[in-house]
Amino acid sequence: MRTNGRTEPDRAGSADETSAPSFDAAAAQAIIAAHLGMEGPLLPLLHALQDAFRCIPGPAIPMVADALNLSRAEVHGVVSFYHDFRRVPAARHVLKLCRAEACQSVGASPLSAAFLRRLGLAWGERTEDDALSVEPVFCLGLCACGPAALYDGEPVGRLTASVLDELAERARRA
Amino acid sequence: MTRIFVPRDAAALALGAEGVAAAIAAEAARLGEPTEVVRTGSRGMTWLEPLVEVETEAGRIGYGPVRAADVAGLFAAGFLQGAEHTLRIGPPEQHPWLAGQTRLTFARCGIIDPLSVADYRAHGGFKGLERALDLGGLAIIDALKASGLRGRGGAGFPTGIKWSTVRMAEADRKYIVCNADEGDSGTFADRMLMEGDPFALIEGMAIAGVAVGASKGFIYVRSEYPHAFRTLGQAVEAATDAGYLGPGIGGSDVAFTIEVRLGAGAYICGEETSLLESLEGKRGTVRAKPPLPAVQGLFGRPTVVNNVLSLAAVPHLLANGEAEYAALGIDRSRGTLPVQLAGNVARGGLIEVPFGLTLRTLVEDYGGGTRTGRPVRAVQVGGPLGAYFPAHMLDIPLDYEAFTAARGLVGHGGVVVFDDTVDMAQQARFAFEFCAAESCGKCTPCRIGAVRGMEVVDRILSGIERDKNFAVLDDLLAVMTDASLCAMGGLTPLPVMSALQHFPEDFDAGRNREAAA
Repeated sequence: MRTNGRTEPDRAGSADETSAPSFDAAAAQAIIAAHLGMEGPLLPLLHALQDAFRCIPGPAIPMVADALNLSRAEVHGVVSFYHDFRRVPAARHVLKLCRAEACQSVGASPLSAAFLRRLGLAWGERTEDDALSVEPVFCLGLCACGPAALYDGEPVGRLTASVLDELAERARRA
Repeated sequence: MTRIFVPRDAAALALGAEGVAAAIAAEAARLGEPTEVVRTGSRGMTWLEPLVEVETEAGRIGYGPVRAADVAGLFAAGFLQGAEHTLRIGPPEQHPWLAGQTRLTFARCGIIDPLSVADYRAHGGFKGLERALDLGGLAIIDALKASGLRGRGGAGFPTGIKWSTVRMAEADRKYIVCNADEGDSGTFADRMLMEGDPFALIEGMAIAGVAVGASKGFIYVRSEYPHAFRTLGQAVEAATDAGYLGPGIGGSDVAFTIEVRLGAGAYICGEETSLLESLEGKRGTVRAKPPLPAVQGLFGRPTVVNNVLSLAAVPHLLANGEAEYAALGIDRSRGTLPVQLAGNVARGGLIEVPFGLTLRTLVEDYGGGTRTGRPVRAVQVGGPLGAYFPAHMLDIPLDYEAFTAARGLVGHGGVVVFDDTVDMAQQARFAFEFCAAESCGKCTPCRIGAVRGMEVVDRILSGIERDKNFAVLDDLLAVMTDASLCAMGGLTPLPVMSALQHFPEDFDAGRNREAAA
């Protein structure tokens, strides 16, 4: 199924291949405790959990709710609202391709569509070998040098088909 | 020791600046040339990035766009002395593209080391804060009102009035919140400033704190800007160490601190009330107004919420006098607007000019037409919620009211150029698709309207009951415009209506058969 939004695929099956740290309740508790003094701690706390575990682990949600005196539903609501928070870790590498207007004006849509076709993926999916997740993003602020992308957090401008293929190849190797 | 300046701006990095900096260091070491590589922000001439500058006896000489492979040749040609080379552009500030601009907010960007307090001070930094501490709250706000500064985030609300409201509100504590959730496609001025001159933003926030009596500020940066987030964190630390943030800022007894917060990938959090919800640790859903954030904002306290550019404009206008600022611009749009020229354009980048310039000057003179060399067909101004204008309408002056009269908006100053291959029906459909993906879901016109909008456009393009579906579309656009809780649903109709009005031929059935299939 094609997804237009940034729905995370429920493909936890390949989790063994990822180097996702397994859930460590004591580590999670330490992260939670470190954020309790902040004003409005939930987002920084969730970012910190995701930095540590590469996703927001299910067992962490009741722990966070308990520490912040929130219901589990409230924490779940926040986790599911924001595109960044993952329920399962991404592939080893993440390529975020800009789909917004400035990149569209320089051919991003056909470029991305062809790239996804070559990989046999839809937006938000990952390659079979768990090397690369390809995700849509709406604007990276690189609008005068599009089509643009972030590869593992590093910006790439003036994308072409061969640059994209090189990134996919780089992901496969490392 | 020759100083060489290489940008660390994200756009320069996207075009290979890191490799260029490494190649310069390696080549200098190989040749035994004593050099120091200083990392700066960007001058905003994105098409020349990576733009490398060398400090010579004749001032800084620019070379660009430089690739790592060009570096050895540059050294061989004698670029350390500013020698001729095919990539040499001369002194950057004399380049016609920069020479015609009025750089106030972006005066230092691309020139200084963004993380050096000493460099910032040497270029006029913290003079605005010094004057602010002398003036006190009431006089700061009077100066701001006299300058005519309006919010640069998009709504154009007078900044002085907003600050005045917060100042007069009584509360146990107040907040300054900087909206750095720059999500509009075609905009990158906030990012450039945060990466290239973060102290200007910090100084502006401190002045706001002095003006309204707030001692705590938050900068909410979108997660799509990891570099800006890192730079800001380091800048806040440096400003704190230098005594410009903390218990007694700039040697006064006024306290002000700043916390930098990371968004989590939600466009709607650029809407001020969603942003406040997000800072409080909730889903980024929109609040009904009133109460205004100025009265009941973050944690229910009076809060100044301003865009990066509004806050960063304040130090300059206080240091150099509000009269100078007010003398620029036209009608009720005073001062300068940092325009971001983007998309399919030959010379894109940041152009800070007084209000009043026409779109045509920007697109044709600065931009040099399209990157593809094809004719300009449409120009979208103001991000995904802004109107598309056809090539024959480019004589609109940059002015909040003029754009409103033309059924568009200036917004955050993003200008995206499209050539004649653009399919405006697909752009209209995308406006709905984007709204559907990014709606917070709180109000029905936006949440449901966006999805229905996509479906209706698809039916029109497939030739299904076209007249009836055009009527449904008109109805839907009216409901979204009039009944949405915030600008997301309320302005999504703008790009759609402009596409329908100016490019009706693109909605003919059959023309888009394959796209609608």
